[in-house]
Amino acid sequence: MTAQPTPISPIFGRFTLDALPLHEPIIVGTFAAVAIGGLAVLALITRFKLWGWLWNEWFTSVDHKKIGIMYMVLGLVMFLRGFADAIMMRLQQVWAFNGSEGYLNAHHYDQVFTAHGVIMIFFVAMPFVTGLMNYVVPLQIGARDVSFPFLNNFSFWMTTAGAVLVMMSLFVGEFAQTGWLAYPPLSGIAYSPATGVDYYIWALQIAGVGTTLSGINLIATILKMRAPGMTLMKMPVFTWTSLCTNVLIVASFPVLTAVLTLLSLDRYVGTNFFTNDFGGSPMMYVNLIWIWGHPEVYILILPLFGVFSEVTATFSGKKLFGYTSMVYATVVITILSYVVWLHHFFTMGSGASVNSFFGITTMVISIPTGAKLFNWLFTMYRGRIRFELPMMWTVAFMLTFVVGGMTGVLLAVPPADFVLHNSLFLIAHFHNVIIGGVLFGLFAAINFWWPKAFGFRLDPFWGKISFWCWVVGFWLAFMPLYVLGLMGVTRRMRVFDDPSLQIWFAIAALGAVIIAAGIGAMLVQFGVSIWKRDQLRDTTGDPWGGRTLEWSTSSPPPEYNFAFTPVVHSLDAWYDMKTRGHERPLSGYRPIHMPRGTGTGVILSALSLVMGVGLIWYVWWLAGLAFAGILVVAIGHTFNYKRDFHIPAATVETVETGRTRALAAGA
Amino acid sequence: MTAIAITPEADLRFYDLDEHDHPDGHSTMLGFWIYLMSDCLIFAILFACYAVLGGNYAAGPGPKDLFELPLVAVNTAMLLFSSITYGFAMLAMQRDQLNQTRLWLLITAVFGGAFLAIELYEFQHLIHIGATPQRSAFLSAFFTLVGTHGLHVTFGTIWLFTLVVQISRKGLIEANKRRLQCLSLFWHFLDVIWIGVFTIVYLMGMLR
Repeated sequence: MTAQPTPISPIFGRFTLDALPLHEPIIVGTFAAVAIGGLAVLALITRFKLWGWLWNEWFTSVDHKKIGIMYMVLGLVMFLRGFADAIMMRLQQVWAFNGSEGYLNAHHYDQVFTAHGVIMIFFVAMPFVTGLMNYVVPLQIGARDVSFPFLNNFSFWMTTAGAVLVMMSLFVGEFAQTGWLAYPPLSGIAYSPATGVDYYIWALQIAGVGTTLSGINLIATILKMRAPGMTLMKMPVFTWTSLCTNVLIVASFPVLTAVLTLLSLDRYVGTNFFTNDFGGSPMMYVNLIWIWGHPEVYILILPLFGVFSEVTATFSGKKLFGYTSMVYATVVITILSYVVWLHHFFTMGSGASVNSFFGITTMVISIPTGAKLFNWLFTMYRGRIRFELPMMWTVAFMLTFVVGGMTGVLLAVPPADFVLHNSLFLIAHFHNVIIGGVLFGLFAAINFWWPKAFGFRLDPFWGKISFWCWVVGFWLAFMPLYVLGLMGVTRRMRVFDDPSLQIWFAIAALGAVIIAAGIGAMLVQFGVSIWKRDQLRDTTGDPWGGRTLEWSTSSPPPEYNFAFTPVVHSLDAWYDMKTRGHERPLSGYRPIHMPRGTGTGVILSALSLVMGVGLIWYVWWLAGLAFAGILVVAIGHTFNYKRDFHIPAATVETVETGRTRALAAGA
Repeated sequence: MTAIAITPEADLRFYDLDEHDHPDGHSTMLGFWIYLMSDCLIFAILFACYAVLGGNYAAGPGPKDLFELPLVAVNTAMLLFSSITYGFAMLAMQRDQLNQTRLWLLITAVFGGAFLAIELYEFQHLIHIGATPQRSAFLSAFFTLVGTHGLHVTFGTIWLFTLVVQISRKGLIEANKRRLQCLSLFWHFLDVIWIGVFTIVYLMGMLR
């Protein structure tokens, strides 16, 4: 859009009114819809005087449960945006045949596929996974919050600030047109002079700070705050997989931070890390970004492996088969995920020895993963299986993920990869594992833990409609891409010459439409469940016959989670408590020490957002002011020594007596 | 909720009835250590870039043409001394001697400031003779690695002054002691990184 260099004004930087995409009717229409919808939401919040409640109870809260829910809401909102991008691509690709250019121009289409990837990984999958861990892990280990509650709130708001930047790029300026990993030299200043790549860089950098900090936070929480008696090998599997995921986060996100910093130095300062001349090496970037990127996919999938383990054991009414092997498999995957990155670019030309090494390590990962699958199957074997929604998603995962895993092993063979590299076969493969693994796992988790979070179950009827639409839609949408990939169709194409390919794109588009129905049904499921919450109410706190500690407290759990910290004697601590006749203490409550909420996280992330905007638009004074503001607020925050308070014993007693009454009424 | 009735063993407790507050900052040191390791990875990437790109002079100047080892040796000494004096500050803190702690911290800041001044002088000199970060991949990697370390020292110094104010106001209370320990880890960590920089960038650069 702005190919010719625009003069940089000292006040507005390179922002001019031309930066508003007024000539793109699709974007103007979207903007109108978003603006009207947004204003309606703001008006409703104001009308019902909810601002104070939102600010005090949610935005500034350091309660891990509320932060977890806010992460999930962020993930859901961004998921709708990411899916809109997906369906636009499907429509374009089925349209642009027989001389038609489709309905998206190249400039717009390239932004759509870039935004789709960036949003789905960084602002959908990551918030969902982080939110889930935030909500469940402290409850599973019998803790009252995380190690660093303020950092937790701050992390969430940094992730949100990144998401806001990506959304802003839709209406002001443009987003990157480089693909989701922004390879140089295309992402360098010479070939991408406009704001797109800068939006990309600063959105990821700001969100990345949040992700790294929340990783540190959860590792410390799991290592330091487990209930008495819970040794490492008595931790629930979900907590184990969360621990490994957070180790991966801390050990890989700094790499992303560093490599994006180097890219921004190339773009802003004119250094030569990844340029074509003056000794730069674009392949250095590709190596570095995948040293982050491959662990990243395990960051996404490992917690869901934990979810499937909890769900399978619960709904089979048995303890998990092979707990120890499950833990070791998780740890082995964690380590191996660092030595496979080069399989993303066998075609770089590293030579046979290097490619063989990375091909073999990649294939080796399928061994611990296979072990996990057999563990789940053996858990189900001779179990009394209840096909509730979480279990249905788990079975769908097993069937779907195995196919994705096997095509992954195919791609791990370097000679085969030379044919399939960057083809739609690859696209089909990673959607197969990410949708079939991560997303199905998230849906299992949402159906599983929703009653814990809100005190009522999700409506099974609409849940099943959503389930079938999703599963059928997924297979229809992505199996054709395997076929197209084998025929040599490459990714990110906007128009096609060969009319014989169109039928496959039509099937894929149909699949996407069915998935859209699945998403719709899921939103209806949420709505209907909230509407009928009294019929779906669970007063026990343990609707599924759970095995781990989160089911021992009320639903939703009180602010302090546990009136008395549980003492753990075996794996599946809650199951152990139930079978050995534990008695819930009904008196002797004590004041409970809790962290105090603070607005500093919101303020710091807002300032980071402003700094990002300043840097993207070259408004140096704004970026400088915002940075100074960040320093002042951050240092000022350290002068506040009063960060905790006690919930009085009387309050605890009132809450727990209510729970006793509810339990008696339900029994 | 209907539990299978098994006779509970007499001494089996399922709840901690006699609970005490978690001490404040019970996981701060662990958390800070993990953060330092993540920071260490950032440096690892910068070292890797220097290792790969450090020989790409693009027909420009190389390490032998640019580095003055005596100056860098003085600089290294400044940073090493600052670590020793920080150590003295920690010893004084453990003896609960507020004034001594503050004095050693300020001496540490002086050494840190000297280090930064010498580094800035070196950078300014290099840029003046045309060896700018834009000149070659080698210089890009050099300025970024050394500069990132310098930026860390800068933030450490700001943090140090903040703590001096805080211990002056509140004294050597537990929370402040914990903060001083975190900064101590940070400061020594930067020393270790610098030893890597000195060896790999400067000493080995002269051998290239």
